[in-house]
Amino acid sequence: MSRLTRTGVLRAVVVFGALAAFPFVFPAQWIVNIAIFTLMYAGLATAWNLLGGFSGYLSLGHAAFFGVGAYAIAIAFTHIGIGGSGYKPFFALPLVGIVVALVSVPIAWVALRVRAATFAIVTLTLLFVVQQLAFNLHHLTHGSQGLALPPPPFDVSTFEQPFYFAMLGVFALAFFTCWWVKGSKLGLMLFSIRDDEDRARGVGVRVTGAKVIAFALSVGFTGMLGGVWAYYIQFIYPQFAVDPLITIGAVLMAFLGGKGTVWGPTVGAFILVPAQQYMAYKLGASELYLLGYASVFLLIMLFLPRGIIPSISDHLARRRSGRPDEPPGAVASAPRATLPGGMAP
Amino acid sequence: MHLFIQACILGLLAGGVYALMASGLTLAFGVMRVINVAQGAMIVLGAFLSYTLFTKAHIDPFVSVVLLTPLMFLVGVALQLVFIRPLRADEREELSLLVTWALALGIEGLLSVLYKTNYRSTITSYADKSWRVLGYHLSEVRVFAFGMSVVILTLLYLLLTRTEFGRTVRATVQNPVSARLLGVNVDKVSALGFGISVATATAAGAVFGMVTPFFPGSHYDLISRLLSIIVLGGLGSLGGAIIAALFMGMAEAVFAAEISPTWSSFTFFIVLIAILLLRPQGLFGTNERGAL
Amino acid sequence: MSATLLGVSGLTKRFGGVAAVNGCSFQVDEGTITALIGPNGSGKTTAFNMITGYLPADSGEVTFAGRAVKRPNPTRLYRAGLTRTFQQARVFPGLTLLENLTVAISQPWRTLLRRNVAARDRERALTLLEEFGLERLGDRPAGELSFGQRKLLEFATVLMGEPRLVLLDEPTAGVNPVMVEQIERHVRELHARGLTFLIVEHDMHLVMRLCNPVIVLDGGATIKQGPPAEVQSDRAVLDAYLGT
Ligand SMILES: Nc1ncnc2c1ncn2[C@@H]1O[C@H](COP(=O)(O)OP(=O)(O)O)[C@@H](O)[C@H]1O
Ligand SMILES: [Mg+2]
Repeated sequence: MSRLTRTGVLRAVVVFGALAAFPFVFPAQWIVNIAIFTLMYAGLATAWNLLGGFSGYLSLGHAAFFGVGAYAIAIAFTHIGIGGSGYKPFFALPLVGIVVALVSVPIAWVALRVRAATFAIVTLTLLFVVQQLAFNLHHLTHGSQGLALPPPPFDVSTFEQPFYFAMLGVFALAFFTCWWVKGSKLGLMLFSIRDDEDRARGVGVRVTGAKVIAFALSVGFTGMLGGVWAYYIQFIYPQFAVDPLITIGAVLMAFLGGKGTVWGPTVGAFILVPAQQYMAYKLGASELYLLGYASVFLLIMLFLPRGIIPSISDHLARRRSGRPDEPPGAVASAPRATLPGGMAP
Repeated sequence: MHLFIQACILGLLAGGVYALMASGLTLAFGVMRVINVAQGAMIVLGAFLSYTLFTKAHIDPFVSVVLLTPLMFLVGVALQLVFIRPLRADEREELSLLVTWALALGIEGLLSVLYKTNYRSTITSYADKSWRVLGYHLSEVRVFAFGMSVVILTLLYLLLTRTEFGRTVRATVQNPVSARLLGVNVDKVSALGFGISVATATAAGAVFGMVTPFFPGSHYDLISRLLSIIVLGGLGSLGGAIIAALFMGMAEAVFAAEISPTWSSFTFFIVLIAILLLRPQGLFGTNERGAL
Repeated sequence: MSATLLGVSGLTKRFGGVAAVNGCSFQVDEGTITALIGPNGSGKTTAFNMITGYLPADSGEVTFAGRAVKRPNPTRLYRAGLTRTFQQARVFPGLTLLENLTVAISQPWRTLLRRNVAARDRERALTLLEEFGLERLGDRPAGELSFGQRKLLEFATVLMGEPRLVLLDEPTAGVNPVMVEQIERHVRELHARGLTFLIVEHDMHLVMRLCNPVIVLDGGATIKQGPPAEVQSDRAVLDAYLGT
């Protein structure tokens, strides 16, 4: 399987070229604002996909690492004083990513010793632990009062642009990493884990190592996005920086577009975030918006669990080979050779 | 020492309610391999329902339990049929996590619309009363809540061990494939099992609302505690869940009394990490690797 | 020729009080095709699971290539040359056949971000697929294969790690007669190239013509180990199979 097809590269060049030109073509602040959140979620969904979509380990706690990244930048601002010059926090982002990734390694190692369902439980619990930490470590985070960052000294008319390009940069990094991993040996290992981890262990795949690497990459990008977000929002509270809705949004987008694919999470984000912003604008009340979110999620799970991209590419493949329509998921539904309890008989 | 014993008593009483909450969660996992992330939201829903019956119709929460549990049992069966049954068997374990999470979100959203997002609590006439036994305080509400949990768990135990239905449930927990071969209607057992799970959540919710202030978002905190409990007890093990719940209730209370109340909710996480390191299958789980 | 490659002694596993494997002891000599037979539920698969590190044993020892296996672990054993197939033919349904094979080639960490299927690995995998008559399907996902084809693919996959000992769990169960012959031929060829086999098999004709020695398990314990003719005429073995 060749890693770089011509159409693939062309598609990426066109999309990222268009994204780079976007804020110059549509400079209106509210549009760029929506675009920033779209890119943020595209990055979050792509990063989540690197673990959840590739290895099948569904993390429900990525928001924890988003929050860690956000607080890292905010704390560095207030306690170490990296602020002031405007662009400095952006240069700290790679460091944030690396630190979050390294911190996650022991957590991943513990959490990934168990099978997928327990992993999901541990990550969910982690989310609340980190939120609780943000409340309790008062001297660092100012607890529930929140932490304010000094306003960046950017020109008002193009205020959003630095954030837009920072988000785009992190998103692109996550995207190309995902692309690269998908065509690499690491990707092959992750997919074999997703299909049948016990058997992967039996043919020499170093499953723990592969999972930990995927986890660290995934949360590293998530932390960086949190950092940009904190600087952009300028005021962070525990319940917003470590918000389950952030994970749920990212997961939803990955599922809508197609988990395990390179473009799926991006497609999902580009559809859902603008729609969500529109809904928030129309419906106003955030309670209704929660209900809307849940309904969309349930509908996708029930009616399009494989996502847009796999469904389309199946359809195209069938048309090309002239075969009649098979029930969707004929391939993916191949019997999983596990008995109840997940043990090899 | 006095403080320590008082904390143990408090923790034991709270642990009994945790046990009731966790029993449904571990039962649903045992029967269907479904981790019901919405269990916390169902508890909060139960709390709101009994709160409403209490404030609007002056029905005591312990009485409303009798009214609400059959109703919520049916709701649970319906939820299982609509949202869980359609998931393909080979993906059910993972997709159900997300589906039930979305359900939790939906319930939270619904409650936020109906009740707004401020804290409430169900305050009965005996809310502040307590008995003194050998110098220790025994809050009446908590003792009643504990007693109700014991009664319901006993009923659940009898249902599982003494009835034909219970036998089919246990067979399904042990091995759905062979249970099906032996003529057990696994689909039916799963729906009823989920119904029971939601019913226990409702009952627990009614008493939860009397001992803890709650709001629609309270379910996040609850579910992370309950999940830690069932991992500690061994996923799918009812007895394990009960013992783990009592243990965690006491550990949390002692931690709060002796070390720090602010950090007491970390007890759950610390124990969770310890158990994953030392005995990943949980205290009473099966001992195959990967079986957790 | 007769060096012991795999030694099992006193292997025991209980599931809730019932012993699935109960003090099972036997050895597999290098260069043999050894059969492990026994009635249904006699603990053959469970023994495989313990030997290959999928299931912790309650007690007992396993030695492989002269070394005691202290903490059996499937990945490490695979690298040491001990590998197995599963009774219900496990493949990676989402990966192509070629990927199924190449993922089983041991790789150093530093090549992790290199291309998933390197040219040299592809060559090797294709050669193997050709031997198994699956080369046409090289780029199809394994989920599309029939049950028999999956068995072949699974068999081929475990050969990628250049094993010394292959444990086959019912390689011919549920497979059509043509494919049974094909599997038998592969075992013979690989055996001629120096591979050792331990095979759980229900087809007694196949066992009798292919394997020597034959080990018989009943109620989780070895009741007989010897050449096929001897086993066939053994009183205890007959009793075990007739259920008296
Ligand atoms: N995971 C398990 N849990 C409980 N019992 C098991 C488990 N695996 C196997 N058994 C039991 O152990 C015995 C031996 O099974 P097995 O090793 O599969 O036999 P064989 O492969 O010889 O047919 C059977 O009675 C089976 O029911
Ligand atoms: Mg068997």
